[in-house]
Amino acid sequence: MTASVVSAGFQTTVQDWGRAGLRKFGVTPGGALDSVSLRLANLLVGNPECVAGLEVTRGRVRLKLDVDRLVSWAGGEFEMRIGDELIPILHCARVSAGAVIEISPKRGGRAWLAISGGIDVPEILGSRATDLRALFGGWEGRALRDGDVLPLGAESELCPRIRAAIPNRISDWSAPRFATKNKFLRVIRGKNWDDDIGAKLLAQKFRVAMNSDRMGMRLEGGEMVSTNPAELVSEAVAPGTIQLPGSGAPVVLLGDCQTIGGYPKIAHVITVDLADAAQLQPLDEVRFELIELEEARDFLRERERDVALFRAGLEARFG
Amino acid sequence: MKISPLGDSAITLDFTDESCDRERLLARALSVAQALEGTNIPGVIDVTSAYESVAVFFDPTRIERDVEEKIRALVASARVRVSRKRRRIEIPVCYDADFALDLARVEAETNLSADTIIALHSSAEFVVACVGFMPGFPFLAGLPEKLRTTRLATPRTKVPAGSVAIARTQAGVYPVESPGGWNLIGRTPLRLFDANANPPALLQAGDRVRFRGIMRNEFEARVKESSG
Repeated sequence: MTASVVSAGFQTTVQDWGRAGLRKFGVTPGGALDSVSLRLANLLVGNPECVAGLEVTRGRVRLKLDVDRLVSWAGGEFEMRIGDELIPILHCARVSAGAVIEISPKRGGRAWLAISGGIDVPEILGSRATDLRALFGGWEGRALRDGDVLPLGAESELCPRIRAAIPNRISDWSAPRFATKNKFLRVIRGKNWDDDIGAKLLAQKFRVAMNSDRMGMRLEGGEMVSTNPAELVSEAVAPGTIQLPGSGAPVVLLGDCQTIGGYPKIAHVITVDLADAAQLQPLDEVRFELIELEEARDFLRERERDVALFRAGLEARFG
Repeated sequence: MKISPLGDSAITLDFTDESCDRERLLARALSVAQALEGTNIPGVIDVTSAYESVAVFFDPTRIERDVEEKIRALVASARVRVSRKRRRIEIPVCYDADFALDLARVEAETNLSADTIIALHSSAEFVVACVGFMPGFPFLAGLPEKLRTTRLATPRTKVPAGSVAIARTQAGVYPVESPGGWNLIGRTPLRLFDANANPPALLQAGDRVRFRGIMRNEFEARVKESSG
């Protein structure tokens, strides 16, 4: 029960929900940068939501399984094919042993691929997520390479029932798409927000810098001057935190970010919009929109309700 | 104490309005973090302290409306214990020229000889103010004033694992190979982070740390031992 990596693409990693409760050891939460996409892809193939799948960044990825499985994908603008057949986003598809699954970018960003049974790498510190900075978890603590052979887990009881309901390879149902397609990332005020910095953050267009990665998205092209001291006493930071270093180029921290930081925290991208942030690529334009904390939490509650409704629908049909 | 949101899924408790004494603030943050970790507030998923603050992470879909009041009450009842017993950990370090890549730079900046720098570094007692930046990396407070230096203008793209370093008012040890801009003055054979160990980090906030100089042959022997 394996998935062979025929072509690993630009940066493909094994990811799940990431690690919780380990910040005091400096261990970052990590996990899929858009965990909702991975959760929906998992639900579509009958997996528990927290099972490990693949996070595909930009590149062209080809896999070959040695067993019949269900697959699905979610995320950015990609095309997935099994052989010659196009598999639409957020649908469930049957894949036969030996067939080639290919994900290729249309515009790109990131995509998450779920395979029924999940990627069965060992759990390290409570998760199968790859920590690229500390080099552990996932597959040998690194991004996938051509020729890697990944173990697959056992399918759940749900999988055969879902398979039986897909006579024509592709499901005639799909999961809801949550991507906001909003050109703005919504933010709430940070501890070092002031009206002057805030006005600049909200008024300007920024560009994603080339050296952005899973740790953080560096933003160029704006004119920001920090009125705070360049470095403060270090405090906890979190995915979504927008730091403003002395250079004046803000950094939006993402899932693999460090656990503490000393730069001013001017704002925070709301959790729901981290899914959109995960789709931004170098040279893309970014703008910000200010909302209130309670609105941000309401959006998150709303999204969780929508995921719960979809899960309940699947369980009602196949459970 | 000031509470401020750290995004929509965490809050930061900042104690700087309670005292000007850094040691006292660190002790306060550590005891609050410990008190919060020992309780079971619904929805709270992580607690971590850094210097003068504590961050509490939660799942906003699971917390109750009065979570902030609950945390305030818990913090009020957490006693400050400045001189409480902390673990004492000794870190062997080889100050060999092959490892002390920035010793000459530190000599020039501090006007001290290499021997004096090593003597000061290995006789000071440090406190782990927090673990972060990367897994297992200890930020050590207590660097002798005479050893204050600036960071490298251009950070190294690769600092070897185990590198013992100083910068500004702090000391640290790089647990895994990574980029970094601190001055390297030695290397330890100890593993500061092991994802397969429990706990995964050798050091935790509040630990007392001393460095002990070792010779190159002891360093090599201990590296062999820990990799064997």
